[in-house]
Amino acid sequence: MNETIGSLLIGIGVAFDVLGCLGLVRLPDVYNRLQAATKCVTLGTCLILVGVAVAAAPQSTAMVIKALLCTGFVLLTSPVGAHALARGAYRSGVPLCDQSVVDEYAGSEPLRGYRAASTATVRDREQTDAKAETA
Amino acid sequence: MMAIHGVILAALIFCAFLCLYRIGKGPSAPDRAVGIDILGTLIVAFTALTGLKTGHDWYLTVALAWALVSFVAAIALAKHLEGRAFDE
Repeated sequence: MNETIGSLLIGIGVAFDVLGCLGLVRLPDVYNRLQAATKCVTLGTCLILVGVAVAAAPQSTAMVIKALLCTGFVLLTSPVGAHALARGAYRSGVPLCDQSVVDEYAGSEPLRGYRAASTATVRDREQTDAKAETA
Repeated sequence: MMAIHGVILAALIFCAFLCLYRIGKGPSAPDRAVGIDILGTLIVAFTALTGLKTGHDWYLTVALAWALVSFVAAIALAKHLEGRAFDE
């Protein structure tokens, strides 16, 4: 019984992980990739860890405690890390993709990242590369 | 459970290769940082599943430590991208 429920949770978690990583590859800019991948992979990993806790319950109490502790840590730290990364990406000057509709954060803080000193943004460099390829 | 275990680990390795594709291709430094962050979370899941398969509970300890180190790495990378010192 425990094994069945654990396998089910692990299977759902792996499905979420695969979908999140597909989003990481397919979506157009760093912010989209970050939100798709972080949300899906956090939920997927938490489901896998809960599944491990359920499946290991008849054999070992230590595994259950550690798996649930790990679930809590992942649930707490992963969104915080993703938020910091998104802020770092924005303030280092990575542009939004062309389909973006609104940029509420624009102009609220000056850029100060590793790219702020140079005037060329990523999009400028991509356009230059595209021109070089067509020429 | 043991029958589907190989399939599940193969799916997680497939995910890891998708992350590696993103880390290798970029195009910007934050993209690579996102790939590294996600890869760390995947490794936590992989280690926990390996622990379930082998029955050793110290695999879960490794997963726990990996989750925390991965978080610190994400914060450090974010601060570096933002152009700040680590103690700021």
